[in-house]
Amino acid sequence: MARIDLDLAHAYKPNPQRDEDYALLPLKMTFDDGGAYALLGPSGCGKTTLLNIVSGLVKPSHGNVKYDGVDVTARTPQQRNIAQVFQFPVIYDTMTVAENLAFPLRNRGVPAEKIKQRVGRIAEMLEMSKQLDMRAAGLAADAKQKISLGRGLVREDVSAVLFDEPLTVIDPHLKWQLRRKLKQIHHELKLTLIYVTHDQVEALTFADQVVVMTRGRAVQIGTASQLFERPAHTFVGHFIGSPGMNFLPLQHGASGASVAGHPVQAPDAAATLGVRPEYVTLAAPNAAGAVPAVVTQAQDIGTYWLLTTRIGTDGPLVRARLGAEQRAPQVGEHVWLGIQGSHTCYYKDEELLG
Amino acid sequence: MKPVNQKAWFLILPVVLCVAFSAILPLMTVVNYSVQDIISPERRVFVGTEWFKSVMRDDDLQGALLRQIGFSLSVLLVEIPLGIALALSMPAKGWKSSAVLVLVAISLLIPWNVVGTIWQIYGRADIGLFGAALARLGINYSYTGNATDAWLTVLLMDVWHWTPLVALLCFAGLRAIPDAYYQAASIDGASKFAVFRYIQLPKLRGVLMIAVLLRFMDSFMIYTEPFVLTGGGPGNSTTFLSQYLTQKAVGQFDLGPAAAFSLIYFLIILLLCFILYNWMQRVGTADKTEAEHG
Amino acid sequence: MELTLERIEQKVGAQTHLYPLDLTLVPRAVTVLLGATQAGKTTLMRVMAGLDVPSKGRVLADGVDVTGLPVRDRNVAMVYQQFINYPSMTVANNIASPLKLRKESNIDARVNELAAKLHIEPFLQRLPAELSGGQQQRVALARALAKNAPLMLLDEPLVNLDYKLREELRDELSLLFASGQSTVVYATTEPTEALLLGGYTAVLDGGELLQYGPTAEVFRRPRSLRVARAFSDPPMNLVTATAQADGLLLPGGVSLAVPLPATPDPALTLGVRAGALRVHQRNGDVALPGIVELAEIAGSDTFVHVETKIGELVAQLTGVHVFTLGEAITLYLDPRQAYVFDAPGNLLVAPEVI
Repeated sequence: MARIDLDLAHAYKPNPQRDEDYALLPLKMTFDDGGAYALLGPSGCGKTTLLNIVSGLVKPSHGNVKYDGVDVTARTPQQRNIAQVFQFPVIYDTMTVAENLAFPLRNRGVPAEKIKQRVGRIAEMLEMSKQLDMRAAGLAADAKQKISLGRGLVREDVSAVLFDEPLTVIDPHLKWQLRRKLKQIHHELKLTLIYVTHDQVEALTFADQVVVMTRGRAVQIGTASQLFERPAHTFVGHFIGSPGMNFLPLQHGASGASVAGHPVQAPDAAATLGVRPEYVTLAAPNAAGAVPAVVTQAQDIGTYWLLTTRIGTDGPLVRARLGAEQRAPQVGEHVWLGIQGSHTCYYKDEELLG
Repeated sequence: MKPVNQKAWFLILPVVLCVAFSAILPLMTVVNYSVQDIISPERRVFVGTEWFKSVMRDDDLQGALLRQIGFSLSVLLVEIPLGIALALSMPAKGWKSSAVLVLVAISLLIPWNVVGTIWQIYGRADIGLFGAALARLGINYSYTGNATDAWLTVLLMDVWHWTPLVALLCFAGLRAIPDAYYQAASIDGASKFAVFRYIQLPKLRGVLMIAVLLRFMDSFMIYTEPFVLTGGGPGNSTTFLSQYLTQKAVGQFDLGPAAAFSLIYFLIILLLCFILYNWMQRVGTADKTEAEHG
Repeated sequence: MELTLERIEQKVGAQTHLYPLDLTLVPRAVTVLLGATQAGKTTLMRVMAGLDVPSKGRVLADGVDVTGLPVRDRNVAMVYQQFINYPSMTVANNIASPLKLRKESNIDARVNELAAKLHIEPFLQRLPAELSGGQQQRVALARALAKNAPLMLLDEPLVNLDYKLREELRDELSLLFASGQSTVVYATTEPTEALLLGGYTAVLDGGELLQYGPTAEVFRRPRSLRVARAFSDPPMNLVTATAQADGLLLPGGVSLAVPLPATPDPALTLGVRAGALRVHQRNGDVALPGIVELAEIAGSDTFVHVETKIGELVAQLTGVHVFTLGEAITLYLDPRQAYVFDAPGNLLVAPEVI
């Protein structure tokens, strides 16, 4: 278990001038000992590069990586004593499950008795005790991923376990179980876990703190609550939440701010109003903080209704989530949407104000 | 079950005709010869399976067959490990990789009889680099006089000629192993030998099977190189199956037995092809299922 | 196109991939084939397209028997998981290929129109390999739309894309399908996707067609336990129960007042959707006190796993809520939200739709 401090930047060219030259823009981050973190972002945002720098597979072009205060930038993954689980299961085909799990310990010269005990404990945690003597090559993808994970957990002194989109090849109905398993393992072993994914469900479920990244930049680090309630950047508002936050451009005039011609209360500096579909309500006509809109789509999602509405004839689209027991408006109906409330956020230049 | 499209048959008709003309008809001629005793062009007697029986009992043939099997096995024992070792030491990326690939492949590009001629001269004690060097070291080496020397030279020549094929196949197989395996092994603290034993060798299984069967089949049919190098001598110590067959058919004009054995030879190769094809299919689908889920 | 499948059966060697089924697709609507992997969705699609001939049964297109007709002669467009495009042609030529085959006029105008619809105009002169996954799939979709076939088949087209990209493309696809004239068949493993696409849903499980109807109806009234299991995300809470005079008797002595029809076997199963369990009490709710085992945050919802007297239940709450493991919590269930299945698994009682 280790505390990992990062103070680095990574560029492919030797003299980076502009933001586009960087794979990872300069960042300073700390992963606390025993914490579960997720690096969340779309393809190409740099999250896998960051993970590989933490593990030692890639050396950052600028800056350093420290484990418990010791500079490990020059060390290999083996020397840093980390474990990594990859996108597809990496197992030794010729060995049984037990031999696979025992491999890292055997290479370190751990006595046979200790190996057996440790392998048994990890197998039990992963619910693979019955498969210990089966050939690893013949098992299903999720079992193989569990073995990959087990090989990382079996070493007691592992400093951190890193996951690179590990559920990519798992069937959807099994992902649920594996996510739960990972959370239980974190709870039991209290290891430092870092998880890379593009799936917000995985990230928010798994991690105590999520690092949202886009185009090489770590845009916000926070708990699921913080990311949901107060996204520090419009990208976070868009990326987190299903569907993401509604962004409405604000116009400022003599009488104050307005959205598509309808007056709203907003700070003078704000350029965009952000409100999550979960917090958009059906309001009374002409209520304070409400705008008129026409319903363009009403989808029944079982547990809720997803409304897509348009403000005015060519104004911005606003989505709203309504509880299943509410009466959903029909397409073409005129409604008033309550968009201002304690959960509304205001943005200037993509950054959250106040 | 796919809906049938008859038009496709017309597209392959030209190929079928070519193959029939160049392969199937000549093959039928051989079958014809194998069941007849051709005493003279006018007198032909149908003898049924007699040639097949006599050919199987022929001592000379059995000798050639044993020498052939011994040769093929030695070839495999040397070339496969050597090829793997060569593939492991070849650089994987960059200009060096391309340069080494070209260098390694050079011996594969040389016409086979030229290979024989190169080694013929190379092994001579008076003007050949190899022969002269051995003579300088005091080793009594003569591939024309000594049967063991002749064997070793033929073997060495085949290794020099064909190991690059095994190396190239293994090189391709190694490139197909995703980096993640090496990274995981490094993280697990595996030694270089453990990486070879548990990752590289198992992943090369399919490629090695192809290499083994290709080399076995090719060495089983070998003709040009040993013929040019030693002519089958000294005596008949390096007379392998194909050369024996040629001697019989062309030299002694015993068409009947030669045709009979040609067929047997052909059937042995066909059997090996069948095994190779089925194995490749099985390995191919296994790898594909693994790739789909992996 | 009105596509009818009559007594279709598909056997490969000794394995049955599709059990006898009848299906008539509603013309010009979206039909979702929902099922786990290996449930038979791709097999069924291939029979619909004409790529495979069924072992038994007939395929009728607008009343005409097309069972033996190869796919080339049927007017079908298909989009695959693996972004399939002609690699050596530019994007513009890719989209134009079906138009050229039909020797249509005005090809350039049509190509530009479709590229605009799918937001790929800037890439018209590039090769598919130079584009990202999402963009390649858009090219494949544009090509399928260009064909303007009366039947369009999509086999899990979004599964290889990032989470957010999937959301965006799914919205666009919904709009494209609504404005088009083709009958669309869309295969997916995710129940949420079926609900978001709307239209009609056919639930497949193990090669059997379990239910076909309007999506909301199949969701609200699953005919059997198998359908309920296949069409729920998160999985429906299932509790064994016994029939008693005024309702159900659940483990732990809890009673639930549900009007039941008479059944020969008193052994029943209670089904409760995660969204039906609440943390705030309302009149008539049954209280189920318990302990929090796990809380998973997923985008806009929180899933709480609670160990109660009647068993382990999963509740879905809107928004981000933080729970500590081991915390005491009470879930409330409105008996009118209960599903009841009889001993063989058929639906007895389903919640009334408001």
